[in-house]
Amino acid sequence: MDLRYTAEEQKFRNQLAAWLASEVPGYGTPPPVDSWDERRAYDTGWQKKLFDAGYAGINWPKEYGGRDASLVEQLIYFEEIAKANAPYVGVNFVGTLHGGPTIMAEGTEAQRAFHIPRILAGEEVWCQGFSEPVAGSDLAGLQTRAERDGDDYVVNGHKIWTSFAQVADYCEMLVRTDPEAPKHRGISWLIMPMDLDGIDIRPLPTLEGEGEFSEVFLEDVRIPVANRIGEENDGWRVTNVTLRFERGTAFASDMIQLQAFVQRMIEAAKNITSDGTTAWDDKSLRREIGHISGELESLWAMVKLSVCEAKESGVPGVGASAVKLYYTDIYQRTTELAVRLLGRAGLSRSDFLDLPSHLFINRHFNAISVSIAAGTTQIQKNIIGERILGLPKELRPPA
Amino acid sequence: MDFQPTEDQKALREGVRSFLEGQVPFDRFPALEKSKGFDASLWGELAEMGVFALRLAEDEGGIGLGFADAIIVFAELGRRLIPGPIAWSHLAAGLIDGAATGEVVVGGVDLIGPRPDPIVLEHLDSLDVLLVLRPEGIERVNPRDIEATEIETPLDSLTPVHHALTLPAGEMIGDAAAAAQMRLEGAALVSGIQLGLAEGALELANAYAKERQQFGRPIGGFQAVKHLLAEMFVKQEAARAGAYNAAATLDAPEVANVQRAVSSAKITAGESAIRNARTGIQVHGGMGFTWEVLAHYYLKRAWVCENLFGTQDEHAEKIAEILETLG
Ligand SMILES: Cc1cc2nc3c(=O)[nH]c(=O)nc-3n(C[C@H](O)[C@H](O)[C@H](O)COP(=O)(O)OP(=O)(O)OC[C@H]3O[C@@H](n4cnc5c(N)ncnc54)[C@H](O)[C@@H]3O)c2cc1C
Repeated sequence: MDLRYTAEEQKFRNQLAAWLASEVPGYGTPPPVDSWDERRAYDTGWQKKLFDAGYAGINWPKEYGGRDASLVEQLIYFEEIAKANAPYVGVNFVGTLHGGPTIMAEGTEAQRAFHIPRILAGEEVWCQGFSEPVAGSDLAGLQTRAERDGDDYVVNGHKIWTSFAQVADYCEMLVRTDPEAPKHRGISWLIMPMDLDGIDIRPLPTLEGEGEFSEVFLEDVRIPVANRIGEENDGWRVTNVTLRFERGTAFASDMIQLQAFVQRMIEAAKNITSDGTTAWDDKSLRREIGHISGELESLWAMVKLSVCEAKESGVPGVGASAVKLYYTDIYQRTTELAVRLLGRAGLSRSDFLDLPSHLFINRHFNAISVSIAAGTTQIQKNIIGERILGLPKELRPPA
Repeated sequence: MDFQPTEDQKALREGVRSFLEGQVPFDRFPALEKSKGFDASLWGELAEMGVFALRLAEDEGGIGLGFADAIIVFAELGRRLIPGPIAWSHLAAGLIDGAATGEVVVGGVDLIGPRPDPIVLEHLDSLDVLLVLRPEGIERVNPRDIEATEIETPLDSLTPVHHALTLPAGEMIGDAAAAAQMRLEGAALVSGIQLGLAEGALELANAYAKERQQFGRPIGGFQAVKHLLAEMFVKQEAARAGAYNAAATLDAPEVANVQRAVSSAKITAGESAIRNARTGIQVHGGMGFTWEVLAHYYLKRAWVCENLFGTQDEHAEKIAEILETLG
């Protein structure tokens, strides 16, 4: 239970901090959310900078363009990125945080050698084609069909909620390769290039008003068999590897950034004045913010603990569900407090007078999605109940 | 950095756990209640196991372990609902002769916090020494010199309390800094106990949820119950992270702000202990409302702990002050 950093870890932190201090200020501000081309350029441009400086893929092997450093250094990286207010991972989310890691863990040598360096260099953007209209929480019920035809799978189906589909080069595509088998045993995990014929992307406005995700229609899309990760019909196991990364480590940088958000709330509270006192002078607000900040510190300690426990296996354990649930809870309460703080200034979604309405409202909306995306809160609770606490399984229809 | 408990620490946890399960079976509780939460032979057993001497240097007769080890032991004490002034006696090791060996039972009262609380003394009748934490320093008071009335109806039947209007002047044995440090360490130790309470409450409720049948199946198979238990698990893990973080930061104060780490732990573990105790009772249904089922002990002890070395509210205000200086 040792929180001290080794000399090497400390050196890494100092180097990275110095590099960020020189690079972040000049990189400019993020483009508006609805201009996808600019967003892609901004996010991948930053990824390329990280890559060139040797800060992409912190714990991935050097031969694939990574840094070959430890998971602890990965955590240090998240801390420093947050401290420096560096650009968000953005469109690189899927590729760097769960698609790439899945290829690292389960892909062939050729798949790794091709994709990993390009993901790290910001040359490949990924999206996730898991959910379907009929298969959300019950993901294994997916129906997108893949039929073998020579060296290709011919794929027909309908994916939904596909974030970043508009700008992605590749998709984590789950398909049904054996419709006769029990549902968990007829799935395969494919790498789908997004420029193939037969892919139709239709943006779906979110409650935020922008097209964060899309529907993706697939008609006779020919995906090479060589693009499969893992064995045919073994896709459910591979999917669980992807989900462990998605639930376990993918949100780590969002978590650490919440402390900075709390500081923004304090700044805002100091700007809300009446009769010579500010909202920040209000003891109950100070307590609420102090309480949340204390929980955030424990949340980050929880991430450290789960990362250190995953050191041997390299894949986050089922305990990741607890981290995601705790994060979701704190994130939602924090941003709700931020909206309460705004009062009527929060009726505007752009900054209003001296108050950061834009940031606060957007974070509040984003927080709401966190209990839905990557497995809903209810599903995470089922997982903890059954796989950790050993409670009886949900009733399932007879196979 | 390796935040995981070491193999030695895991072994320590297992050792203490099985020792306590053997020595303090829950059917010993009625007897403990009769003796008002204090049993000299149990105290001796705890001392022998090293609960009080754990962090005292070896050349002073202690075991020479760190805060991380202490937090693991205190979590086990909480999990087993061990009563008595365990945190105070541990803190007094090295300061009061005989505390480390259990021959002298040390309790205390914390008068540093900003709340205008009445002077409520725990376990007074069992104490040989009372430590008083004041902003100016640590005072040593002879419990026999205190005029106090026993409160006949303590919240926790294993934590007897007295009320004193004033305390006699004692001997100053530590300065302001020592008092502040003892309070900080006390809060960290209590966060360990709170982690244990959160764990114990979950363990009890989880076992019951598997065994109790309604509508032809174990109640733990109903999602409404399963999800309560999953929430308890999250609270338990949050408490663990918070308490370990406080302990590891006390062991290496150069890595982070110790006050912030300890206050975070007291908030997180405090909330977890109370929440899990309450949910644990709910999972037991009517049985949870009986004296016979242990669930209520966790709740009562959780409230005792909440009011030791600073409440959640006080620690939240402390964090707010720290955040303010960060700008
Ligand atoms: C912002 C955002 C981005 C997303 N991005 C992607 C993406 O890029 N790629 C992708 O593939 N998917 C993505 N998703 C989809 C996400 O994974 C699904 O929305 C999620 O898994 C839930 O599925 P569903 O929407 O079909 O809801 P449903 O499964 O229909 O659930 C509806 C409600 O029922 C509850 N429920 C369902 N089953 C159970 C059960 N067994 N026990 C208890 N309660 C249950 C759920 O918790 C929920 O409250 C995204 C979602 C969001 C919100």
